[in-house]
Amino acid sequence: MDITITKVKNWILQLNEKIQDEKMYLTELDQAIGDGDHGLNMARGFEEAVNRIDQGDFHDLGQLFKTVAMALLSKVGGASGPLYGTVFMKMSSTLNGKSEVSIKEFSQALKDGLDGLKMRGKAEVGEKTMVDVWEPVVRYLLDSEKIDTKEIKSLAKMRMESTKDLEAKKGRASYLGKRSIGHIDPGSRSSYLFFATLADAIDQGESAE
Amino acid sequence: MNTVSIVLVSHSEEIARGLKKLLEQVQPGVAIAACGGMDGEIGTNAFAIKEAIESVYSEKGVLVLFDLGSGYLNTEMAIEMLDNQENIKISDAPLVEGAYAAAVESGIGGSLEEVLKASQSAKEYRKIPN
Repeated sequence: MDITITKVKNWILQLNEKIQDEKMYLTELDQAIGDGDHGLNMARGFEEAVNRIDQGDFHDLGQLFKTVAMALLSKVGGASGPLYGTVFMKMSSTLNGKSEVSIKEFSQALKDGLDGLKMRGKAEVGEKTMVDVWEPVVRYLLDSEKIDTKEIKSLAKMRMESTKDLEAKKGRASYLGKRSIGHIDPGSRSSYLFFATLADAIDQGESAE
Repeated sequence: MNTVSIVLVSHSEEIARGLKKLLEQVQPGVAIAACGGMDGEIGTNAFAIKEAIESVYSEKGVLVLFDLGSGYLNTEMAIEMLDNQENIKISDAPLVEGAYAAAVESGIGGSLEEVLKASQSAKEYRKIPN
């Protein structure tokens, strides 16, 4: 179950496809409680990431993740640019110089990404943000003896759905106070897509898309 | 440059440009960079903010003011990407009033700390006298 360049490329391609498919849905979620740009911004950013991956020749996971980070920072525009940009930047430094890592090493990179995310957004669990999905999923990856990709997906989905009951404490949604309750956080939805497509890419092995 | 420079970060290109024009009329002689929008659309961009800071870099310091949430995150990222991160501060001030106070303070020779303080005091400034 090692994580290779091919797997990561497949993952980012599939994540981009999901984001393009859900562009309107992510925007609708964001229109309900945010500033209504999440779907469009993420779609623009990941499209650019895939373009840059297609044009490059990668031998190093660090370099691959840095390319994704730079694309998101150049094209996203909203808060998700620096948030996801920081995640991929941190993963890039952890995996610098490596072309293949164990799932445990990869989980550590995700943990560093999560730490960067919390530092950048100054958010903790329970504030109706991406962190509500990230923290439990990364914890599962680090603590489990044997990682079950189905569990990654179901945990991410459950945590994403549970943001519906939370009151937003960060970003534009926090202006709404209690009125933010009853809506799924858009960043938690894109974070669910992030982990669901990662789980698929791990399962698919080495075959190209 | 012997005054503190000012960078205006907005989600809207027109807001940043219009505010720069206003401030230049009020306080000529202070270097001001406008950094608004993202590829012509609404948004902010860390690379563009980095370039804006570099374009007006002053030994005396640079104060960055922003309008909304992601402007702050992208300004932080921009500063982290700079080779020289000395003498750059982000103001927690309302953009228009804060930048106005900052430009005046910079124009009379204020230090970076003083310009920062002036901009942030705009939060308490009464616009309608009682």
